[in-house]
Amino acid sequence: MNLLLSDEQRELGSVAKAFLSTVSPRDGYVQAVYERLNGELGLGGLIVPEDCGGSGAGYADLAVVLEEAGAALLPGPFLSTVFAAIVLRELGEKEHLTAIASGVPATVGPLWGGGITATDGTLTGEALFLNGAEADLVLVITAEGVFTAQGTVSPVDALDITRSQARISFGGEPAVALGALPARALDLIAVALAAEQLGVIRAALAAIVEYGKVRVAFGRAIGSYQGVKHKLADLHCALEQAESIVRYAAWTADEAPDELPTAAALSQAYLGRACFQAAKDSLLLHGGIGFTWEHDAHIYYKRAKSDEVLLGPSRIHRAKLADLLEL
Amino acid sequence: MDLAEYRSAARAWLAGNTPAADGVDAAKTFMARLHDAGYSGITWPAEWGGQGLTQAEERAFAAAARDFSLPTYVFSIGLGMCGPTLLDRGTPEQKGRFLRKLLRGEEIWCQLFSEPGAGSDVAGLQTRAEQVEGGWLVNGQKVWTSVAQHADRGLLLTRTNADAPKHKGLTMFVVDMRGPGVTVRPLRDMTGRAHFNEIFFDDVHIPDENRVGAVDEGWSVAVTTLLHERLSISSGVGMSGQRDNPTSFEALSSAVDTGDPLVRDQLVELYLRSRALALFNQRLSQETKAGIFPGARGSAAKLLLAELTTFSADLAVSLIGPEAVADGHPLADAIALAPAMSLGGGTNEIMRNIIGDRVLNLPPEPRVDKNVPFKDLKVNS
Repeated sequence: MNLLLSDEQRELGSVAKAFLSTVSPRDGYVQAVYERLNGELGLGGLIVPEDCGGSGAGYADLAVVLEEAGAALLPGPFLSTVFAAIVLRELGEKEHLTAIASGVPATVGPLWGGGITATDGTLTGEALFLNGAEADLVLVITAEGVFTAQGTVSPVDALDITRSQARISFGGEPAVALGALPARALDLIAVALAAEQLGVIRAALAAIVEYGKVRVAFGRAIGSYQGVKHKLADLHCALEQAESIVRYAAWTADEAPDELPTAAALSQAYLGRACFQAAKDSLLLHGGIGFTWEHDAHIYYKRAKSDEVLLGPSRIHRAKLADLLEL
Repeated sequence: MDLAEYRSAARAWLAGNTPAADGVDAAKTFMARLHDAGYSGITWPAEWGGQGLTQAEERAFAAAARDFSLPTYVFSIGLGMCGPTLLDRGTPEQKGRFLRKLLRGEEIWCQLFSEPGAGSDVAGLQTRAEQVEGGWLVNGQKVWTSVAQHADRGLLLTRTNADAPKHKGLTMFVVDMRGPGVTVRPLRDMTGRAHFNEIFFDDVHIPDENRVGAVDEGWSVAVTTLLHERLSISSGVGMSGQRDNPTSFEALSSAVDTGDPLVRDQLVELYLRSRALALFNQRLSQETKAGIFPGARGSAAKLLLAELTTFSADLAVSLIGPEAVADGHPLADAIALAPAMSLGGGTNEIMRNIIGDRVLNLPPEPRVDKNVPFKDLKVNS
């Protein structure tokens, strides 16, 4: 088991971080940002195989980039495209992966709860899709397998202002079958999401630690009060454990497939809650300023809650763990 | 020899040599055999009686040893704290005099820091060492001292200068626990057993050659010891070998009816916390192997272990019900012992202060005791 980053992974993380520091989470989906992200940085095609124009990197590498994307609250369809790439890579598909590596934004859904059925090569039903309005490629998960199709896209308001959602409905549109949903795909998506959540925890903690050093109340920095300091110490403990779980889960994705299902459920059951806790405590300890629209604390808070339920109600990860542990 | 071979050789050796008897004499005999076999002081330098190997061999041995119940408890303070402190801060003469005997089990060590008036704030201690001809004269009292009733040597923190601020007037010594003026009295803890002792020093003479570090610079030596203490408490715990622990996930999930979804969810919570800490400990140990010293981050592992210990004992008793607290059930002892992990080696509140101050670099609490001569400070009597 390897829980440490290699020098190359550290370098990958700092390149991503440097680029992402120029991106504002409030700007939404900016084409120019994604052109650089997918072009010179090649992050869109990171896990796309080399013969499809990608880098053929592993899931531990992907986790490093997603952590930085989470810390920066990168807006737009990056995560949804990663999810789609995971499904396509596990399917062994080539054409759409080549498109993703060249910068085509994608999405996949529904990730929980179903809602769309396939009959004789057509789709019916509707569901929420992350970044459904920005995606040029839509993968639809049904009980009959994974399909691509053009549905009717209706953007909806989303709590997370950095990432849009859309309801996509199908009324008998013809669909192209890509195959059965690979067993690993949803586990790999869970691990990828956990990597993003790790970045959110790190950034939310860093923000309040910095504020705790400069904000003064009753004649001293608020971070010197044990009432504040001890909460931040607990968040640090959660961060250390969260990082350990994400490194482990990403390692199982690359190296230990037998352990992946449990590691994936563990990663969501732990990170989902820890991430919202960190974002919530960070916001609350900022005081009134944390409740304002101008401050970024609420953006982390909303991302954390949206991520926690992205793959379904949070109890499903605990229920899955109970099953895998044969309780 | 590769690591797998090293590990299976260690396992084979332990299978043939682990004594059935416990007790101090059996433990001493076992340590000597362990050292002869090359498994004592695996990472310590060969010059001082160690094996000069790496953390990888140390972990391989620890993995092999998990399947055995080794009688090494009386040496844990010496091997985990006093020895590493001497390796870091002792003179070559002290290393030569003490370390080999420690590794061979010829001498048992204890650590003498806490006092009745100085626990979390250990730098407020009042045991005095006065310079006299040929050395030092020590008077005072220590408390919470594990294995002192068996100890031959102690690592003793004393006040040598009451005119200096509290952290700047301390000096560390090695004291002969069998010498005149040293009285060891067992203290019964809440489990009903005497895990630790109180120690009285009445005009105890210590030669200057037993001083560890410079005069009045004992605090930095003590910090070294405390870092080793937190690491040795937190390392390797919760990874496996938990079948003997009646509060572990493994033990509990086979002892309760998991048909109830509420029970299942509580067991999942226990699994989450145990696994998260085990993976964190594993990451810290991989970092150590890679040359990254965890330092104050070890306090996070210690805090998490303390909280997991009370959480799991509490949960276990609640799940098992009335049988758990009667008729010598192992959980009755587990719930009584659980607070020890939150108190020994620094309280949870002190761990959070350390994480806040030294890991997150938050501003320190304003101190009224920092630049005042110790003799002018308010202290416990």
